[in-house]
Amino acid sequence: MIAASDLAPSYDLVVIGGGPAGLAAASLAARAGVSTVLFDENPGIGGQIYRAITTTPVADRAVLGEDYWAGTELAADAKASGASIVNGATVWSLDPQRMVGASIAGKVRMIEAKRVIIATGSQERPFPIPGWTLPGVMTAGGAQTALKAQGLVPSGRTVMAGSGPLLWLLAAQTLRAGGRVDAILDTTPWRNWLQALVHLPDFALSPYFTKGLALLREVKAKVPVHRVDRVEAVGKEKLSEVVFASGGREQRLPADLLLLHQGVVPNVNLANAAGVAHLWNDRQLCFVPVLDADFGSSVPGIAVAGDGAGIAGGTAAAERGRVAAIAAVRALRPEATLPDTQAIRQKLQREEMGRAFLDWLNRPAESFRQPEGETLACRCEEVTAKQVRDMARIGCEGPNQMKAFLRCGMGPCQGRLCGLTVTELIAAERKMTPAEVGYYRLRPPVKPITLAELASLPISEAERKAVER
Amino acid sequence: MAASLGATDYDVAVVGGGLVGVATAWGLAREGCRVVVLDEGDRAVRASRGNFALVWVQSKGLGLAPYAGWTVRSSNAWGGFSDLLKQETGLDVCFQRPGGFHLALSEKELEARADTLKRLHNQPGIVEYKTEILDHSQVARMLPDIGPEVVGGSYCPLDGHVNSLRLFRTLHTAINARGVTYLPSHRVENITKDGGEFRLTTAHGEIRAGKVALAAGNANMRLAPMVGLEAPMRPERGQIVVTERLRPFLNYPVVTLRQTDEGTVMIGDSKEESVDPAGLTIGVSATEAERAVRQFPLLANVNVVRTWSAIRVMTQDGFPIYDESETHPGAFTVCCHSGVTLAANHALTIAPMIARGALDTSLVAPFSARRFHVQEAG
Amino acid sequence: MFKRLADAGTAVAITVDGKPVAARAGDTVAAALLAAGIDHCRTTPVTGAPRAPYCLMGVCFECLVTVDGVGSRQGCLIPVREGMKVETQLGKREAGR
Repeated sequence: MIAASDLAPSYDLVVIGGGPAGLAAASLAARAGVSTVLFDENPGIGGQIYRAITTTPVADRAVLGEDYWAGTELAADAKASGASIVNGATVWSLDPQRMVGASIAGKVRMIEAKRVIIATGSQERPFPIPGWTLPGVMTAGGAQTALKAQGLVPSGRTVMAGSGPLLWLLAAQTLRAGGRVDAILDTTPWRNWLQALVHLPDFALSPYFTKGLALLREVKAKVPVHRVDRVEAVGKEKLSEVVFASGGREQRLPADLLLLHQGVVPNVNLANAAGVAHLWNDRQLCFVPVLDADFGSSVPGIAVAGDGAGIAGGTAAAERGRVAAIAAVRALRPEATLPDTQAIRQKLQREEMGRAFLDWLNRPAESFRQPEGETLACRCEEVTAKQVRDMARIGCEGPNQMKAFLRCGMGPCQGRLCGLTVTELIAAERKMTPAEVGYYRLRPPVKPITLAELASLPISEAERKAVER
Repeated sequence: MAASLGATDYDVAVVGGGLVGVATAWGLAREGCRVVVLDEGDRAVRASRGNFALVWVQSKGLGLAPYAGWTVRSSNAWGGFSDLLKQETGLDVCFQRPGGFHLALSEKELEARADTLKRLHNQPGIVEYKTEILDHSQVARMLPDIGPEVVGGSYCPLDGHVNSLRLFRTLHTAINARGVTYLPSHRVENITKDGGEFRLTTAHGEIRAGKVALAAGNANMRLAPMVGLEAPMRPERGQIVVTERLRPFLNYPVVTLRQTDEGTVMIGDSKEESVDPAGLTIGVSATEAERAVRQFPLLANVNVVRTWSAIRVMTQDGFPIYDESETHPGAFTVCCHSGVTLAANHALTIAPMIARGALDTSLVAPFSARRFHVQEAG
Repeated sequence: MFKRLADAGTAVAITVDGKPVAARAGDTVAAALLAAGIDHCRTTPVTGAPRAPYCLMGVCFECLVTVDGVGSRQGCLIPVREGMKVETQLGKREAGR
């Protein structure tokens, strides 16, 4: 275990996030002779896709599938690379001068970086349906994490709802592991095919095509699938049933566990707080950092690799990490021997092929992104969709103003679970585009630290004088 | 939307949708005026989103004695003001006036504090009210969680606080209910007076109004000369640290630390000359945190969930500016730092004056920007 | 809600609100609570509504619990340790713990 006090005051490269992008980037840079530290807040490396890759108790390789085990090599490679890998390290601050604030076991350090690669990946898109805060409702990604890291499988009456590849993968993994899936509620609108179809030829050439079809067949053979346009979680103190409807016909399923998923979106908090410019991506329905061909952001010396750069999946993430790392090494140590960039870019291109099809096909319906009435938009501060819509109607046209009026985004999750919803609700009410509405302006700490930790940071005379009078 | 309306659509155009602007607009609407509020967009530099929410009396007015009286007047009017807002909107802005503290962490700080208060209250014509200097044990009787490093402090029973973000929302809700037109993303580029009416140019068309009230904070510096007024400003940046929600532990606001009705603790009172609103100096937040933990050691393990920095609206001498234009009758400035403390005055005293078309000099003459010239001449 | 797939992990004894819970090495606090079938890990500071772990990846802050006397810790990021005392958090956190 590396403690806060073991860290050097500065590194050539700081990589934030230990998923495929971060691992690949740190490994490549360290092997090229660049002093590299990788911070990851989880107990072990792997990120979400390769969660617990070095420690998983799931011994039967068929359960998680070969795509998961592909992470083994990446992890081993990074560990042997000479990069310092620090788990349990939360990066709570990053400024445009590349000063990195990290908290490790209750101790904070400010670390200078010549280059930074943000590889904080993605999070699941908010899925604001009635009852989504009830105990017994979780994200599919959360259930998958519990399976990978702790070998926990759903055993009660389990319903999965939503859209996107991860939902089907989790269903298959759960079934292979002997877990229970009572029903799948597919929220993908039929009309998505209209926009997706033109991209089918590309997708047919991508490695995901045959895998995807096989997965669908595997799950559909064992679990009833309903196409739905409404899903509600119902229960008093915890989930008791799932209500769903298709074309007005309502059905109810008693349930202990409802697993929600409608795709993943970039985890923008750290990059946003560092001042990295973001733009709305209408195909992926999320904000994505503005990046150059090497994944360099609008802030000099800060790159964003992996799914944080726009969703493309785990294998692409690793290649993106390599591209970003090569750019960093070129700037820091021009004499270093580097792998063939062209080959990496070609591989990346192959991986990204077919993404358009998946994005259009799985684009969540408006009704699952723009809630109504008493459905909570902000889970932390318990702000309803109606409150957000009402304030927008009386003139509030941006999320920062909304935050001031309603406290949405002011809780501990700092807008991660409401940001996109609030932007979209304002856009809907004020007849603007989400691009025009914009996003929360975030500031450090992007994850909570204690007052004592903050108080322990170095303070200059001028800084003290700004407060003591 | 606005451009399609007819001539002189509004009795008063209020420039600025912050606390000063909306409090004034609400007061004007109560007087029966047809009011439009012109505001900037979501990412505007907004002092109202970054205030500390104190309704504060102690230590105000050193250098301009009438400011102390003006502040006490607003503090006294605040209870009625918040009741009116609650009747109209159903929203409680949680105004409380339990008295407030200024805490000292060294004998030197306490002496400086006592000296400031002495000089303040020795000014001729100063309003009479009590501020006491208390030692550690006297403070501890009211604030049992103070740390051993707190040597004492000053206490003034007129001090209080409010939920300022809810005040912001409440005033917006109230002006909406009273039919005030609120136009966001209508940054005012130019103001002219033509044929007895003011014409305000925005990117979304021209707004016409019989009178204009400039309540645009530091932007008054740019706007005031367009109508023969002036507003010399010196913006400064302040930073605040906010904790997670905690169970109530603090019954009185401290000038640098208060617990909101929601449970969060707001910490800070920094001053930096930087005017980059997006910037944040971590070392300043660290100093605020360090002093907070020394003042209240039980906060050490509490989580900081947010920080923010904001630009203070600050006139050059720190005191408010209320003026009426001589060259452009009907144009007024309403400009001050303490938009929360003075909200009651702006809504209930200044707005009626503007509605009548003349400032009451017996109340606001000391706050004319003409004072800056007197000082220069002297 | 969940069952353990493999019972291979070493047992780790923790307590939740004073009651013994058998966790496994490799569990996070949040996973141990789910495995033990504990309904909710906190009630919200706003309305007192019950909440349980939701995302398990450090994003949602629903699994906030008191760990060894320190409140508002993200249960999904903290590995269990022998003898760890976990407490569900009711409403607002108390300053000083």
